[in-house]
Amino acid sequence: MELVTNNLLTLILFLPAVTALVLALIPGKNEKLIRWLALAGSLVPFALSVVLWTQFNAAEPGFQFQVKLDWYEAINSSYHLGIDGISLTMVLLTTILTPLAILTSFNITDKVKAYMVLFMLLEMGMLGVFLSLDLLLFFVFWEFGLVPMYFLINQWGSEKGERTLWKGVTVKARTYASMKFMLYTMAGSLGLLLAIQMIGVAAGTFDLPQLFSIWKGVEGSFFGLDMESVKTIAFWAFVIAFALKVPVWPFHTWLPDAHTEAPTAGSMILAGVLLKLGAYGFIRLVLPLYPEQASQYAGVLAFLAVASIVIGALNSFGQEDFKRLVAYSSINHMGFVILGIAAAARVGGGPDATLALNGAVLQMFNHGISAAAMFFLVGVIYGRTHTRDMNQYGGLFPLVPVYGGILIFSSMAALGLPGLNGFVSEFLVVRGAWPVFSVYTAVGMIGLFFTGVYVLKSLKKVLHGPLNESWQGKLTDINFREIVVVAPLMVLMLWIGIWPAWILKVINWAAGWMF
Amino acid sequence: MAIDNLVWLLPLPPLLAFFVIVLFTYRRKALSHSLSVGAALLSWLGSMVVFFSSVRAGAEGLGEHPFGSTLNWLPVGEGWFQIGVLVDPLTAVVLFFVAWTILMITLYSVGYHNFGQPEGDHDRPGLPPEGATVDGHRVPSIEPLYSRFFGFISLFAFGMYTLVVSDNLLTLFVGWEIMGLCSYLLIGFWYGKLSARAAMIKAFLVTRIGDVFMLLGIAYLYSATGTLSFRGIFFNHEVLQQLATQPSNFLGLSSAGLIGILLFIGTVGKSAQFPLHVWLPDAMEGPTPVSAMIHAATMVSAGVYMVIRIFPLLSAGAAEGGMTSPMLVMAIIGSFTALFAATIAVAQRDVKRVLAYSTISQLGYMVAAVGVGAYVAATFHLITHAFFKALLFLGSGSVIHGMEHGVYHTGDHLDPQDMFNMGGLRSKMPVTFWTFLIGGLALSGFPLVTAGFWSKDEIFADAFGHGHLAVFITLALAALLTAFYTMRQISLTFLGKPRTKAAEHAHETPWTMTTPLVVLAVFAIGFGWLGIPEHFPVLGGIIPNWLGEFVPASLPHRLAEIEFSWTPLVTSLVVALGGLTLGWWIYRDVPEGAEDPIRKWLGPVYTLLENKYYFDEMYDRVFVKPATWLAETFTYKWMDRVVIDGFLHSVARTAQLVGTFLRDKIDLPIINGFGDAVGAITAKAGEKVRRIQTGRVQQYMLIALVVAIGTLFYFIVQ
Repeated sequence: MELVTNNLLTLILFLPAVTALVLALIPGKNEKLIRWLALAGSLVPFALSVVLWTQFNAAEPGFQFQVKLDWYEAINSSYHLGIDGISLTMVLLTTILTPLAILTSFNITDKVKAYMVLFMLLEMGMLGVFLSLDLLLFFVFWEFGLVPMYFLINQWGSEKGERTLWKGVTVKARTYASMKFMLYTMAGSLGLLLAIQMIGVAAGTFDLPQLFSIWKGVEGSFFGLDMESVKTIAFWAFVIAFALKVPVWPFHTWLPDAHTEAPTAGSMILAGVLLKLGAYGFIRLVLPLYPEQASQYAGVLAFLAVASIVIGALNSFGQEDFKRLVAYSSINHMGFVILGIAAAARVGGGPDATLALNGAVLQMFNHGISAAAMFFLVGVIYGRTHTRDMNQYGGLFPLVPVYGGILIFSSMAALGLPGLNGFVSEFLVVRGAWPVFSVYTAVGMIGLFFTGVYVLKSLKKVLHGPLNESWQGKLTDINFREIVVVAPLMVLMLWIGIWPAWILKVINWAAGWMF
Repeated sequence: MAIDNLVWLLPLPPLLAFFVIVLFTYRRKALSHSLSVGAALLSWLGSMVVFFSSVRAGAEGLGEHPFGSTLNWLPVGEGWFQIGVLVDPLTAVVLFFVAWTILMITLYSVGYHNFGQPEGDHDRPGLPPEGATVDGHRVPSIEPLYSRFFGFISLFAFGMYTLVVSDNLLTLFVGWEIMGLCSYLLIGFWYGKLSARAAMIKAFLVTRIGDVFMLLGIAYLYSATGTLSFRGIFFNHEVLQQLATQPSNFLGLSSAGLIGILLFIGTVGKSAQFPLHVWLPDAMEGPTPVSAMIHAATMVSAGVYMVIRIFPLLSAGAAEGGMTSPMLVMAIIGSFTALFAATIAVAQRDVKRVLAYSTISQLGYMVAAVGVGAYVAATFHLITHAFFKALLFLGSGSVIHGMEHGVYHTGDHLDPQDMFNMGGLRSKMPVTFWTFLIGGLALSGFPLVTAGFWSKDEIFADAFGHGHLAVFITLALAALLTAFYTMRQISLTFLGKPRTKAAEHAHETPWTMTTPLVVLAVFAIGFGWLGIPEHFPVLGGIIPNWLGEFVPASLPHRLAEIEFSWTPLVTSLVVALGGLTLGWWIYRDVPEGAEDPIRKWLGPVYTLLENKYYFDEMYDRVFVKPATWLAETFTYKWMDRVVIDGFLHSVARTAQLVGTFLRDKIDLPIINGFGDAVGAITAKAGEKVRRIQTGRVQQYMLIALVVAIGTLFYFIVQ
C-alpha cells in the first residue's frame, strides 16, 4: 500500500500505457475482451485520482506528491511530477472522462484493438502534461498526445463529407480535419520548443519549481539579446502555442473541423480535455514565468477572449450541423477561461485575480464536463439517424423522451443556467474580470446572450416543433449503456451547480498561491 | 430558532416533487399530481407558519431581527461567499401571496388538464388534447404529458420560493433563472405547435437580454461592496453612501446609479416592461395555469419584487422625496408601459391576450411606483395584483374550458378563446362569472370594495403627493383604459346573449377549478382592507393600516409621510367608474357576428393597436434577421470559411507550389539529375566491364596472374 501511495502520480500517469501494452498483446479478434479491459484499465487511474483527491491537502501551499528522478542529467532535465489544486482538478477531469469515452466507444467495430491502444496512449499524454513539473517533460507529453488524436480522427472519423481546398483539390473531410489539427498544433509547438530551449539554456534548468523561484532574477544575454527581449520573445512563443491549442479566435478554425469529424469519443476528449491543455499552459507556465509581460499584454489576450466569446457564439448560432454547432460552442466557452486568465494576469494578485482565476479553472472543469456530455448526446442521435443536419430532425421529443430530457438538461448546463455548473464559473469570471476589463466584460455579455440563442436553436431544431413523420417508428430512445455514460456527467453538473465548494476549495487555495 | 431553519425548507418540497415526478412517477398520473399538490401544500403550510410568526414578531421586531441564517457556499480568496435565507416584513407578505397563489394554481391544474377523463383518440405528446369519443359523444381528453406538467410546475414553484427567501442577490438570481427555464418549458409545453415553439424561445431570449445586464449589475455590486447580502449592503449606511458618491465613469452616473439601472434592466426583461415586453403576450401559448403562474403569481412578480427589494440601493443618494437616476428611469418606463400596454389591450379579441397586456400595464404601475418612491404602494399593488390577476387568468381558463366543452358538443371549428364567439356565459358558468367579475372589478379599481382600488389609489396618492404630475396623469389615463377594457372583456364574455352555438352549450368547470377561483376572489377583495390609509375619509382608521405599518420595517430608514389630498382620490374614482360604465355601455349587447364597435370610431388606430404597434415585426427586421445574417453569413461563411480558412488554404497552396517548384526545377533536374547521372554512369561502366565477366575460370586465373605479376613487377622496379 505504501508503494501505491508513494508513487500515486507515476502510477496514474503510466497505468494507461501499461494497459495499452497489455491490449497490444491480446489478439485483435477478442473485441469484447479488449473493450472491457480498456474500460477496466481506464477506471484504475480514475480510482487512484479519487484517492489522490482525498489525500490531497488543499490548504498546503506548493506542489504535493512530488516525484523527482534523474532523466536528462546532461541538460538538467529530470522526471519531475507533482500536483497542486489546479493540476489535480485537471487530472480528475481527465480520468473521469476517459472511461466514459471508452464506454462510449463500445460501438466502435473497426480495428478495435488499435483504437483502444491509441486511446490509452492519449490518456497518458494528457495526464503527463498536467502532472509534469519539468519543462522538457511537459513538452514531451504535450507532443505525445497529438499522435493518437491524429490517428483517431484520421482513421475512425466520420466517413462522409469532403472539403474543397481550392479549385480542383478536394480531400476527405476527416483527412482534412486531422491534418489541420496536426499542423496547427505543430506550428505552435515549434515556437514552444525553441522558447523552452532558451529558458533551459539561460536558466540552466528545466525544473519548474526551481524556475519559478530563479527565473525572475536570471541575468545576462542570449545570442546578443538582453534578458528582457528574450523573455518577451519566449512569452509570445508560449502564448501562441497555447492560444492555438485553446483555441482563441482567430486561430480557431481547426477546432470545428477536428471536433466535427472526430469519432464521438474523440470529440468528447478533444473538447473535454485537449482544449484544457492550452488554458492549463497559460496558468501553469505563462502566469508564473512571465508576470510582467502577461500583465503588460493582458489587454490583447482579453480582447481575443472576448472575440472568442462573441464570435464563437455567433458562429455556433450560424450552424445547421448539430455537431459543428456544439463544436463552435467550445470556442465561446473557452473564451471565458481566457478572459479570467487575462484579468488575473493584468492585476497579478488580490481578490479580483483570485476570483477570476478560480472562475477560469472551474470553467475549464465545467466545460470539460458539459462539452463531453453534449458531444456524446450528438453522437447518440447521430448513431440513430446517421445525419447531423438539424433540419432533418424536427420534433423528435415524443420519440426519444428520455434522450430529450437529458439533452435539455445538458444544454442548460452549457447555457450557464444557475443551479448547474456552468453558471458558477461564468459568474466568477465575470465578477473577477469586471473591475479589470469592464468594457470587455460588458461586450462579452453579448456572447453570453448568444449562448442562449444557439442552445435554444439546437433544442428547437432537434426536439421541438411538428414531428418529422419519417422518423416515426425508426428511432429508439437512449439505451442503458448510454445512460451510464451520461449520468455521471449530469450528476457532476448538478453537484457543482448546487454545492461548488468541494471543488472550488481545492482550486481556490492554489489560485491564491499563484501570485 | 426553529423558524430560521424552517425558512430553508420552504423551497424544498416542490424541488423534491419535481425530481420524483421526472425520474420515477412520470407514468403515474394520479401519483404525480398528488406529489405536486402535496408539495405545494407543504410549502404553503410552512409559509403560513413563517408568515404568522412574522406577524407575531411585529414590524419593529422583525425589521431589526429578521428570521434567517447563512452558510458558507463559495470559497473566494481568503473568505467565503455566503448564501442564506431571510424573512423580513417584505419577504413575509410576498411569501403570503406566493404560497396561496401557487397552491391554488397547482390544484386548478388538475381539473384544467382533464384529470379523470379518458385518453384522447388521436392525442399526441406535445400537442393540446383534442378530445375523445365515448359512446359516440365527444368529450375532453386528458393531457398526454399530464405528469410532466406537474413536474415542471413544481420546479417553477421551487424557483419562486428560492427567490423570495433569498438573503442575497445571487441566490435570488438562481431562482430567477430557474423560473426562466420553467417558463421556457411550460410556455412550450405544447412544443409540437410552431407558435408555441416560437413563443418559448422568444420568452427565454427576451428575458435573457435583461438577465445578462442584471448579471453585470450583480458582478459590479459584488466587486464594489464585497458582498451581495441584502442586509449587508442596504443596512450599511457607509456602503450606500460610498456607492452613491463614487462615479462609475459611465454617462456621469454614480456607482449606485449604474448598478441600479443594470439590475433594473433585469426587471424590464422579467416583468415585461417596454421595450422588452414582447415576449409576454406570446407566452399565452402555454396552458392557462402556466399563464397564471408566470403572469400573476411568480415570474413577472419576481421582477418587481427585486426592485422593491433593492429599493435602498436605487434610492441611495436621493434627497428626501427626490429621485435618483435609476428611479427616474423606472418612473418613465413604468408609467409609459402602463399606458402603452393598456391601449393595446383595448383592441384584443383573445380573452387571454387582454389579460396579458393588462398584466404588462399593471406591472408598469408597480415599476412606476418604485420609481416615485412609493415603496409600500408598490408592494401593496404587487400583492393585490397577484391575487386578482391569478384569479382572472384562472377564470379565463375556466371560460375557455367551458367554451371547449361547447365546441366538443357542437363540433364547430371556432376559436374558443375569441371573446366575440362568447357572450351570455353568465348563466352557464355562474361561479366563474361572479369570481371573474370580482377579479375584473379589482383590476379596474372599483371603489372601496376591491383590493385593486386601495393599492392603485395609494400609487396615485404617492405619485401626486411627491409631485410627479406627469407620472400621475399617465397612470390615471391608463387606469381609465384599464377599467374600460376590463368591462369590455366582462361584457363580451358573460353578458348579453350567446353569439355562437358553442357558447350556448358552455358548461361550468369541475370543483378543482372553481375552488381556487373562490379562494382567490376572497383575497381579491379582502386583502385591500389590510392597507387602508389612516387619513382616508370616513374609513381611515377603522381598520388599522397594517400593511403600511408592517412593510416599511424592511427598510433601514423611515419613509416620508404623504399628506392626504382629494385630487388623486377623486381621479381614481372618476377613471374607474367612468371606464367601467363606458365599457359596459358599448359592449353590453354585441350581436352575433358583429365587428368591434370601436373599430369604426378609431379607424387605422384600431389596426395599429390590434397589431401591437407592429413591435414584433420591427424587432424581427431590426434585430432578429440581422443577427441571423451576422451569424450564418458574416461570421461563419465569410469570416471563418472565406477569410480565415481561405488564408490557411492559400498558405497551404503556397507551400504546395513551393514544393512543386522545388521538385520540378531543383529536385528533379539537379538533385535527381545528379543521382540519375551517377546511376547512369555506373550502369554504363558496368556495361563496359561486363565484357570481362565471361564466367570462364581459366580466364579469371589468367587476369589474376597478369595483375599479380604486374604488381610484383611494380614493387621490384621501385
